[in-house]
Amino acid sequence: MIEVDHLTKRYGPHTAVEDVSFRCEPGTVTGFLGPNGAGKSTTMRMICGMTTPSAGGATVAGRPYRQLPNPGREIGVLLDASAQHAGRTGREALALAARTMGVARGQVAAKLDLVGLNETAARRRVGAYSLGMRQRLGLALALLGDPRVLILDEPANGLDPEGIFWMRGLLRDFADRGGTVLLSSHLLREVEAVADRLVVIGGGRVVAQGGKDELLSGAGTLVRARDQHALRLTLDRAGLPATAGTDGGYVVRAEPEAVGLAAADAGLVLTELRPAGSGGLEQLFLTLTAGASTKEAVR
Amino acid sequence: MTAVTAPALRRPAATGPSLARLTGVELRKLADTRAGRWLLITMGLVAAAIVTVQIFVLKDPEQTFTAFFTPSLFPVGLLLPVLGILSITGEWSQRTALTTFALVPRRERVVTAKLAAVVLAALASVLVSLAVAAAGTLAARATGGAGAWTFDWHLLPYAAVFQVANVLMGAGFGLLLLNTPLAIVTYLLLPTVWSILAAMIRALREPARWLDTSVTMEPLLGPEVTAGQWGRLGVSLAVWLLVPLAAGLVRTLRREVS
Repeated sequence: MIEVDHLTKRYGPHTAVEDVSFRCEPGTVTGFLGPNGAGKSTTMRMICGMTTPSAGGATVAGRPYRQLPNPGREIGVLLDASAQHAGRTGREALALAARTMGVARGQVAAKLDLVGLNETAARRRVGAYSLGMRQRLGLALALLGDPRVLILDEPANGLDPEGIFWMRGLLRDFADRGGTVLLSSHLLREVEAVADRLVVIGGGRVVAQGGKDELLSGAGTLVRARDQHALRLTLDRAGLPATAGTDGGYVVRAEPEAVGLAAADAGLVLTELRPAGSGGLEQLFLTLTAGASTKEAVR
Repeated sequence: MTAVTAPALRRPAATGPSLARLTGVELRKLADTRAGRWLLITMGLVAAAIVTVQIFVLKDPEQTFTAFFTPSLFPVGLLLPVLGILSITGEWSQRTALTTFALVPRRERVVTAKLAAVVLAALASVLVSLAVAAAGTLAARATGGAGAWTFDWHLLPYAAVFQVANVLMGAGFGLLLLNTPLAIVTYLLLPTVWSILAAMIRALREPARWLDTSVTMEPLLGPEVTAGQWGRLGVSLAVWLLVPLAAGLVRTLRREVS
């Protein structure tokens, strides 16, 4: 169980995270989505006690992270797969963590095996690892203490398609056994396949959260007409908020019936009218990404 | 393939790692990278090299245990601060702090364990100095030197204080600056800056006697340390050891890890 309660982080005049609240329940995978620079990593670092929040707080397994006596046995954390000493071998990195947590030495080999790092890879220094191998090592490190909660920041980065598929299976299995998973990504498609719940963040604020199905279905209506320009005018006149889609149509935040009625009143010929599905969430996501990356460039 | 142990079935350990366990982990970190291992090996080799040189340069009657032991402390004492600095700053430059503090979020415990580990390493270095001095004495006997086992036992605690102060000063600089090259350069430049300034500015000569650690620590390598010398040593260590350690601890506890 992870509870995030009104977390806020300011750096001088810049607010990186503003009033973010959500909960992750046992048995679920929560996808934490947002474009680069939206505040995902900052939020996760605050949950794990790496960054002190300006306001608000977070608890994991009922306690603030810094008050957990032996957090590795309750929460597996992977905040940055590249944050490993380049001069240590993969096995040594795990052995140090096992020693710190008081985990049996045999677990090191077992977890390396679980994430698919073989004997040769385990003996190599982390500096020689590919990003995909580092992600696997980071996952092994997170799983080492047999935790009930996993917090993973962009774990799919650098993994090949086979690796991403494998990781989905692992996380799904972990949650199905009663574990809690929070994983972040800047790609909707990446988490769509594994998450039960989504928290979408943009510009430091939560812009949408809820069950995946609910979010994907309540994402508006996709409409297309022979005369796109007339459609736009009609939608505007009817007060229906619309954004241009990637492929020519419009995504309207309204029921298909309302859109259909407006079009009929104007005598327009529609070529497509349907619930937007994941296209709607993707649309929301694209708008966020566009805004945020401009902001990042300016900053 | 996805046989993760059932998370719901286990109760996690209620107690955290003891300081002894954490110190053990930190000791291991000093030696488990190639760079760390070579730093330790270099310290041993330098001590051995100094003893070897002594066998050749000292006249036969002067080749005593003490004459081998004391000079070996200097080069080791120069490298120990680097060990102290690296043990702290390595976590930040290699970004392993992210893993370390995820497992032990009470950062002061990690820092305490690190300090304990480098102090143990400094004490072990004194044992290495004793060992190479003993080897030197035996070699001197074999090559016709005096090889006398004369040793003023006062030297042993002095040597321990000397090396522990060296390593802790390094650790203090590391904690305060949290950056490997900056900490090493600052630490190594400081005595030089002192001597240059003291030579140029008359008014600084008196403070230098109290604050320049290369001056105040020198008596520790002699036969006796007077009360006045202990006083000056104490003042200089308060400034260059305690202040950086305290300020560095505060900085480390507050710093954002990313």
